[in-house]
Amino acid sequence: MIKKISDYEWEIPKTGKMNVPGKIFASEKLIEKIKQDDTIEQVKNIAALPGIIKASIALPDAHRGYGMSIGGVAAFDLKKGVISPGCVGFDIDCSVRLLKTNLTESDIKGKEKQISEQIFRDVPSGVGKKGRIRLTEEELDEVLKNGAQWAVKKGYGVKEDYLLTEESGKMKEAKPEYVSQRAKQRGMPQLGSLGAGNHFLEIQKVEEIYDKKVAKVFGLKKGMLTIMIHCGSRGLGHQVASDYIKAMHDEYGSAGLPDRDLVNAPINSVLGKQYFGAMAAATNFSFANKQLITHWTRESMKSIFPKFKADVVYEVCHNIAKFEKHVVDGKEKEVLILRKGATRSFGPGRKELPVKYRKTGQPVLIPGSMGTSSYILVGTKKAEEVSFGSTAHGAGRVSSRSAAHKNLDLEKVKAELKQKGVEVKAGSWKGLVEEAPAAYKDVDEVVRVSHELGIGNLVAKVKPLIVIKG
Amino acid sequence: MKFKFLEHTADIKFQAEGKSLDMAFKNAGLALKEIISGDIKIKPKIKKQMKITGKDKEELLYTFLEEFLFLFDTEDFILSKITKLKIVGKELVADVIGDDAEDYKFTNNVKAITYNDMFIKKQKDKYVCQVVVDV
Repeated sequence: MIKKISDYEWEIPKTGKMNVPGKIFASEKLIEKIKQDDTIEQVKNIAALPGIIKASIALPDAHRGYGMSIGGVAAFDLKKGVISPGCVGFDIDCSVRLLKTNLTESDIKGKEKQISEQIFRDVPSGVGKKGRIRLTEEELDEVLKNGAQWAVKKGYGVKEDYLLTEESGKMKEAKPEYVSQRAKQRGMPQLGSLGAGNHFLEIQKVEEIYDKKVAKVFGLKKGMLTIMIHCGSRGLGHQVASDYIKAMHDEYGSAGLPDRDLVNAPINSVLGKQYFGAMAAATNFSFANKQLITHWTRESMKSIFPKFKADVVYEVCHNIAKFEKHVVDGKEKEVLILRKGATRSFGPGRKELPVKYRKTGQPVLIPGSMGTSSYILVGTKKAEEVSFGSTAHGAGRVSSRSAAHKNLDLEKVKAELKQKGVEVKAGSWKGLVEEAPAAYKDVDEVVRVSHELGIGNLVAKVKPLIVIKG
Repeated sequence: MKFKFLEHTADIKFQAEGKSLDMAFKNAGLALKEIISGDIKIKPKIKKQMKITGKDKEELLYTFLEEFLFLFDTEDFILSKITKLKIVGKELVADVIGDDAEDYKFTNNVKAITYNDMFIKKQKDKYVCQVVVDV
C-alpha cells in the first residue's frame, strides 16, 4: 500500500476516507523504521480531515504521535478546512534557538564542569521546576501578547534577539483572553525554566561547514562555540491544547474520527479562532521563555568569561499552526499550515524572514539526540514546492522509554558520553538513559535525506561539549 | 495486577484495572504517580479532595488524571495515596493524600494526558482502562 516514487519519496495512495494521498519523505532505511509503528495509519487519518490540501505529509524523522504523527505537516483550505489541537501537539511551540559565541573549544578547556554547574544553577530545569521570576496575572497577559519582545523590553536581552526569531518573537494573532485560567495558573510559575524530558541546553562546537557562503551569512565558523536551547511553552501550552480538545469535543464530538485527539473545529468557527489565538499566546510564552534562558545563560558565561558575547543566529518553531501563503494548483493562496515536530524551511525571498536571511533562505535548526551532533540547514524553494516549506525537526525516537531502560545501562551511557568528550549535567540520571542516543533514529540519516531531497540543505554540523538537561 | 506498562515508541502507555470502575480509575491514578515519582516514596502529609466532572467515562478519566498534573504545576502537590474514589454518573469524587513536591526530585515529566488509544472496558468481572501520556 506504500508506493515508492523516488529514492526518498513514498506515496500512500488515496483510499477509503482519505481526501488526499499521503506523502512520506524518507530513505529505504528510514521507511523501514516508519513502517514499524502507527505512523502510516496516522498519515492516512490526517489525509481524511476536511479541507486538507495536496497531501498529508510525513518527514524523514516521522514517528508515532497522538492524533497526528510527529514529523507531520498538513495544509488546510481556509474556507473548508479545520484546525485540530492534536495536530499542533501538547507542547505548543516546542522550539529551538541557536546562539553563536566569541569562544572556541580551547577557551573552555578544563572549565567544562564549572560552566555546566554555573548554568545549571542559573537556568532552572527539571520536572515541575519553577522559573526565577514571579509574574502577576497582568504581567503574564503581557508575556502572552508580546512574547520575546516583552522580555527584551524588561531588560532580558537585546532587540536583535527577537528580530532573529521566527515571527520576530511575537505572534501578533495571540489572544490571552482565550487562554483559560487553569492554563495561566500552570504557566505563571514556570516562565523562564527549561523543563525536563527531551528539553536541553547545549554548548557546542562547530565541527564542520558544508556550505561556506551560507555559513558566513549565518555567522558560523569552524571551531566556534555555539549554544542551543531546546524547550517549549511548558504547562501553559499543554493546558491550552487540553482545554481546546475538550471544548471542540463538547461542540463537535468525535464521531467518525479514528482518534479523539484529532477533534477539530472549522478554521473560521468561533472555537477554531479562539484556539488559534490561545495557541499563538502559548507560542509567545515559549518565545519569552527562551529569551529569559538566553539572558541567564549569557550572565552565567559572563561570570566565568568577562568578555563573553553571544548573538542569536535564529529560533525556529517545531510545534505550531500558521497562516502562510503557498502555491496551490499554480496559484498563490493563503492556507493554514500545521507543523507537528517539523521545521519551517523557507527559501530565499520570503518576506517572513529577517532581512539578513532573505537572500540565503532561513536557518533550519535540527537538534540531534543527547550527546550526538546537531545540524544547521538552510531553507529552500524546493521545500516550498513539495512540503509546504517544511523539513524535519530532529532525530525522532525509535525505541520506547521502557525499552531504553531494559536495553541500556546507565553506566554505559555515561561512559559513552564521556568517551565522546561530552560533559553532562542532568537533573535526573533516569531521564538520561531515556534520552540516550541509541533510543533515537540516526539524525545524520535524517538530515542527509533532507539535503538529498533539497527540502533543507546542509550548512554546518555542531557537536555537543556540555549538555544541561532537566 | 493494579496496572502495567506497555510498549510505546515516544510516549508512555499503561493499562490499569479493578473490580469496579472506581478501582480501575484509582489504579490509573496510581499508574500516573508511578510514572512521575517511580520508586521514590512519597509521604502522606497533605490531604485534598477532588471533584471532577466529565461528559463521558473517557473525559472523566482524562480530566481526573490531568488534575494531578495541574496540582503538581500549580500547588507542588505530589500524590502518595488515593484513600477514596467514587464515581456517580458523570461525577468523580476522590480523597487524595500527598506531599510537597519541592521536597523530592522527580525523573519523568508528564506533559499531558492524551486520548490516543484510550479505552475503558468491562471485561468479565473487571474494568480495564488504557491511557497514553505525553512525556
